[in-house]
Amino acid sequence: MSDARRAGAAAHEGGTLDPRLDTFPKLAQANAARFPDKVAIREKDYGVWQAYTWRDYVEQSRLIALGLAALGFRRGDKTAIVGDNRPQLYWAMLATQALGGVPVPLYQDSIEREMEFILEHAEARFAVVEDQEQVDKLLQVKARCPRLERIVYDDPRGLRHYRDDCLLSLAELQELGRRFGAQHPGWFEQEVARGTSDDVAIICYTSGTTGQPKGTMLSHRNLIVTGRNAISQEGLRATEEVVAYLPMAWIGDHMFSFAQSILTGFTVNCPESSATVLQDLREIGPTYFFAPPTIYQTVLTAVMIRIDDAAPPKRRLVRAFLEVARRVAQRRLGRARVPLTDRLLYALGRVLVYGPLKDNLGLNRIRVAYTAGEAIGPELFEFYRALGINLKQLYGMTESSALICIQRDDDVRLDTVGPPLAGVEVRVSESGEVLYRSPGVFVGYYKNPEATRRTMEDGWVHSGDAGFFDKDGHLRIIDRARDVGRLADGTLFAPKYLENKLKFSPYVREAVCIGQDRPYVAALVNINALAVGSWAERRGLAYTSYTDLAQKPEVYELIRQEVNRVNRSLLEEPRLRNAQIRRFLLLHKELDPDDQEITRSRKLRRAFIADKYAALVDALYAERDRVSVEAKVTYEDGRTGTVRADVRIREADVFAAATP
Amino acid sequence: MSPAGDPVRVPAGATRPGPAAGPRPEPAARDGPPLLEVDGVSVRFGAVQALSRVSLEIRRGEIVAIIGPNGAGKTTLLNVISGFYHPWEGRIRLEGKDRTRLPAHAVAALGVARTFQNVALFKGMTVLDNIMTGRVLRMRGSFLLEGLYWGPARRQELAHRAFVERLIDFLEIQAVRKTPAGRLPYGLQKRVELARALAAEPTLLLLDEPMAGMNVEEKEDMCRFILDVNDEFGTTIALIEHDMSVVMDISERVAVLDYGRKIADGPPEAVRKDPAVIAAYLGVARD
Repeated sequence: MSDARRAGAAAHEGGTLDPRLDTFPKLAQANAARFPDKVAIREKDYGVWQAYTWRDYVEQSRLIALGLAALGFRRGDKTAIVGDNRPQLYWAMLATQALGGVPVPLYQDSIEREMEFILEHAEARFAVVEDQEQVDKLLQVKARCPRLERIVYDDPRGLRHYRDDCLLSLAELQELGRRFGAQHPGWFEQEVARGTSDDVAIICYTSGTTGQPKGTMLSHRNLIVTGRNAISQEGLRATEEVVAYLPMAWIGDHMFSFAQSILTGFTVNCPESSATVLQDLREIGPTYFFAPPTIYQTVLTAVMIRIDDAAPPKRRLVRAFLEVARRVAQRRLGRARVPLTDRLLYALGRVLVYGPLKDNLGLNRIRVAYTAGEAIGPELFEFYRALGINLKQLYGMTESSALICIQRDDDVRLDTVGPPLAGVEVRVSESGEVLYRSPGVFVGYYKNPEATRRTMEDGWVHSGDAGFFDKDGHLRIIDRARDVGRLADGTLFAPKYLENKLKFSPYVREAVCIGQDRPYVAALVNINALAVGSWAERRGLAYTSYTDLAQKPEVYELIRQEVNRVNRSLLEEPRLRNAQIRRFLLLHKELDPDDQEITRSRKLRRAFIADKYAALVDALYAERDRVSVEAKVTYEDGRTGTVRADVRIREADVFAAATP
Repeated sequence: MSPAGDPVRVPAGATRPGPAAGPRPEPAARDGPPLLEVDGVSVRFGAVQALSRVSLEIRRGEIVAIIGPNGAGKTTLLNVISGFYHPWEGRIRLEGKDRTRLPAHAVAALGVARTFQNVALFKGMTVLDNIMTGRVLRMRGSFLLEGLYWGPARRQELAHRAFVERLIDFLEIQAVRKTPAGRLPYGLQKRVELARALAAEPTLLLLDEPMAGMNVEEKEDMCRFILDVNDEFGTTIALIEHDMSVVMDISERVAVLDYGRKIADGPPEAVRKDPAVIAAYLGVARD
């Protein structure tokens, strides 16, 4: 097995780009010329899908750009973009790029001090935001961000009485743009023409699990070449429909809902609100879809709750056919032959169950669906594959323009992330860390050459993930390299591996496993309030709050079974079988990015948690079965309060390997 | 399952109309004659004197809170204003016209809408249909045309639906548009009830304990909605509420009832310091 892999060297595009089509504003203009009346982006508003064509897309962006120009926007200026996925905000990105500026999208649920750091660090002069909620936050931090000059909002609701001079509605900005455009004909086109492929196209701040966020600079070339390579490998066309519902600040959304849409001309659909995503998904029926495992889990949990509530004959029918589908999918994933009876049953199930179910989920027209970010549970992965959905795993990070490895359509596995994408080279270092090099590799961290140097060596980027290639050249990721640890007696222990196994249970939302230099592994578990709540209701178990539910002895027993399941499954992993979870507790509050316990992209901040919950951790290793805690919580508006609770601790069963 | 067959074209350059774009009564009218005058109204139920000679003026564009201990006659006052009860003595004038004896549906037609202390939605109907019922007084048309859903009837239905969709957007209940109202959590039902009241495009909105039984977050949302309604639509609002922090936050004026009598009426800070109010309602201060 060789160390470095270079995939399909034949079919990928190198670094040379047509100078007439080497930036996103130029490409969008080309789309407007090529298919002016094709729908570029839709937004559900007032219960109706409002559509904008490529001509509208460019025209709207042009007016925003001219409006910014009228306000004195200079090449290289940054525009902060904050809000849910809205056409107006995508236009603001394109408008900023058109003027040679750099859009800096922020997570819309960031609290003030996070916004302050990024606005200040990025030196943003302008901000384009969705609504009053974001305006309020920006006005709060504005005093400490002197470079921020103007805040442009899209939705004027509730802002009637705001008198701050820096505020401006998007409609007003576009009106300014209209007038500026009349006085300066050809301004927009000239500015667009000045752009080059090596200009920075976006700065994505990555919510590091340690320390302050870093601003990853990606050039137009990075995104165009990587986007195109994926488009040709995956056979994406202008007719795709995608739903844009993941945060705009996340590179994945930028790649799928902005870069690839402009590259192919496909249609992006913005949901009505974050609460309507599942309904909107069904109305749109996307053909190209991306979601982290948690979303697939949420959908599956919702389905299972509804099936459990259905009338017994229906319930039995669905259960039976899902079992058939699971068997078939398992055999297919394992490259085994499917027996004739199962093939016939599967065909019947497609008519009776799978088709209607897929239709209900809005996944009927999917040609390509991805999951990434975290390991996906086998049951979860099999469930979607079993329904006949082309769900595949993908590996990537912000620094690689979102993509490193993608599974091929005809070669999908449960435990790998597939071979490298065309144009990407991947190798595994001596210490087991995954390194990559590609045309998509980022320009550098903004104003942080030190961090850039640490991450990048001769174009090779340190991923920070531990992994290896299997015999077929598929990359397999084990854990974050620095998280793999050892117990006090030297037993190997991979916390994320255990946590992911725990999270495969619908009842577990989040888990933190501890064990470094400790005698055994212990776990802090967050229950999934929706699934456990429904489970409790069906049993007539009354509860008042999350904290109350989490501390019910019955719920502890439920989760204990899940922990036991994980422990039992460890027996199959000779290297990890001695790191079973001995004791666990259910946290009295949900881990929350507002409290800095997890990042906005839901990665655990271990050091912070270990410190904050030190009392709980100590109790897990002391022979106690109860501990009382007080935790500080941060509300969405930034205020804080405390939650007090008595937390139980329980033991799980530890299994010994059967002696042969 | 294709996305909305014919895309609805939105003219280029139009960003987001929003409810704010519509015309709105000038707040300047606040100084004009009162929108509602309750003049020496008494209500009796048998031997119980629910209201005795209560007078209250509500000016255009105001948010007035009516507070008082249990049984003080707050809900009775709202019921008298909305025409559900008729006073035993006294007068009620709306926009200067006497309407003391009008029945509830006639009062509603004059632009008075309300919500109820115990949510009174059609539980089996969807949120959308519930709000549509708020448009009933604004629907014109013949039984036949409605039945055929043809011509003017169709146009009218679409216009009403468009109006209701704006309210759904305004109150952020898009996610439950098609959900039967009875299945919603309590806080959301209250919001739907507010939407239904707003669907009648009222000039005077009566809210009977809009925040009862809500948690802090739901209360904050509801406060914001009430302020936004007042702000965006210029609706005059009279509300009964027990949560004093809410009352102090959102109302411009507070009227206090105790045993059927009005014992105070004025800006929140003044009412809070009024010794009679402190004695009757907030508890006697010990210091």
